[in-house]
Amino acid sequence: MKTESRLEKVFAAGHIAVTSEVGPPRGCDVDIVEKKANMIKDHVDGINITDNQTAMVRMSSIAGAVIVKNMGLDPIIQMVARDRNRLAMQADIIGAYSLGINTMLCLSGDHPKFGDHPTAKAVYDVDSVNMIKMVTDMRDTGKFQGGADIKMPPKMFVGAAANPFADPFELRVARLAKKAKAGVDFIQTQCIFNMDKFETWMKGVCDRGLDKEVKILAGITPMKSVGMARYMKNKVPGMDVPDEVIKRLEGVSKEQQPEEGIKMAIEQMERMKEIPGVAGFHIMAIEWEERVAEIVEGAGLYPRPQV
Amino acid sequence: MITAEQKPIQEIIGYIAPYGKILLVGCNECVTVCAAGGRKEVGLLASALHLNSLKQGKTIDIKEITLERQCDPEYVEELISYINDVDAVVSMACGCGVQTIAGRYNTPVFPAVNTKFMGASKSQGIWEERCQGCGDCMLGITGGICPVARCSKSLLNGPCGGTSAGQCEIGPDTDCAWRLIWERLVELGIQDRYEELNEAKDWRPAGGAGPRRIIREDLA
Ligand code: SF4
Ligand code: SF4
Repeated sequence: MKTESRLEKVFAAGHIAVTSEVGPPRGCDVDIVEKKANMIKDHVDGINITDNQTAMVRMSSIAGAVIVKNMGLDPIIQMVARDRNRLAMQADIIGAYSLGINTMLCLSGDHPKFGDHPTAKAVYDVDSVNMIKMVTDMRDTGKFQGGADIKMPPKMFVGAAANPFADPFELRVARLAKKAKAGVDFIQTQCIFNMDKFETWMKGVCDRGLDKEVKILAGITPMKSVGMARYMKNKVPGMDVPDEVIKRLEGVSKEQQPEEGIKMAIEQMERMKEIPGVAGFHIMAIEWEERVAEIVEGAGLYPRPQV
Repeated sequence: MITAEQKPIQEIIGYIAPYGKILLVGCNECVTVCAAGGRKEVGLLASALHLNSLKQGKTIDIKEITLERQCDPEYVEELISYINDVDAVVSMACGCGVQTIAGRYNTPVFPAVNTKFMGASKSQGIWEERCQGCGDCMLGITGGICPVARCSKSLLNGPCGGTSAGQCEIGPDTDCAWRLIWERLVELGIQDRYEELNEAKDWRPAGGAGPRRIIREDLA
């Protein structure tokens, strides 16, 4: 074992892992974090706390993670390359680890253009691939990125994102290979709706043996309505929502759409369990945390293993 | 080259409002090529400023001159014969030109253009950013396409997850630089190169170590 991370232990014991996420509030309301975490706590092995998601200022990921940690749960901090240079990143990694956080996700971050501070200067001192390398080097060699020794280095279990759909498609497996080379331990994918394309990507991943190096959690987002499906298809960068998904939601009444969305997510997970290389699921139920438990149960992944 | 665009006329009018005699100085280099501050634009701006003062019932005296290269002290020296007869200088060169004049003469200098970026002409009337002068050129390993200047996040190991239909997440009219790099590597048959890690950049040559300077002993 490289770390104390519960997620690492779940993988090591050969279980299908389940993670989900909590978006911190745009203010200081601790209750919101606790409430959201309470809704999912018994059904997941780790809880991502997003980091200024969609380039909107929120309670920091590390602060949210400490709140979740204090509830006896297992937070996964997210860190975007947009908001910090390498000094701030390493300081925060050490800080987070000192506060009991042992799992993190390295991300590029959405461009500030889309957020509530479009006049900000984005940092991008190191990219997500070099962030992975930096934090795994801190753990494995006990060195700062600048080369000096760390007294009591942080031991983070390190994740990253992958988008199996963005064009050019051939580049997508190569990009994962690059993250694997940088030392990443696990991947949470972009929300998957296009199952055929995901299967093709997974095949490319397994053909190169990358599934042996990196644990891949398939991204699941239940659709609340056909409106949401259309929005994701047309407005969210890098999303691939096939017409069948929209048609199926259109096929039921407006009141029935949420139920249909949940059903679709569960069916998807059942199918994915059979895909070689899928090591677990990352459920992104956007402002719909209350339904995560039912999805996990529906997919036959409850109770969660005690590790 | 360095590209520039003329500032809004009201901003320029605001700068020179207190002054009656103006020296309006263009430059024959980059700003001429991108039609922002060459001889022609000097003439146009002078007419516009005259027109504006007429409308306000004032008079303004504008001396027009376009230097060979405003970022070169040798040419800026040519202003010596006019400078004592004016109250202020308006420069239509890039920021380097403006500062060369400001460093030489004890007369207020105002910029008439916004200096934009180092770019190349894509087609008639369109210029696009191509280089950020990072001081350690990577084009040799990225198929001749710059990830520093052309990726919206300057990612050395892109593309990010936001790329959509081969375009950048900031908008469909911007190519994803990493899509371009990949296609170029494929075209050259060296796509294996893609998987080599480009390590975290040393930003010192890019300006991270303070204002940059080149000293050529053989020329100095
Ligand atoms: S790599 Fe650096 S020097 Fe080369 S084109 Fe890009 S910014 Fe300019
Ligand atoms: S979409 Fe491409 S160009 Fe735009 S930020 Fe991402 S990698 Fe860079």
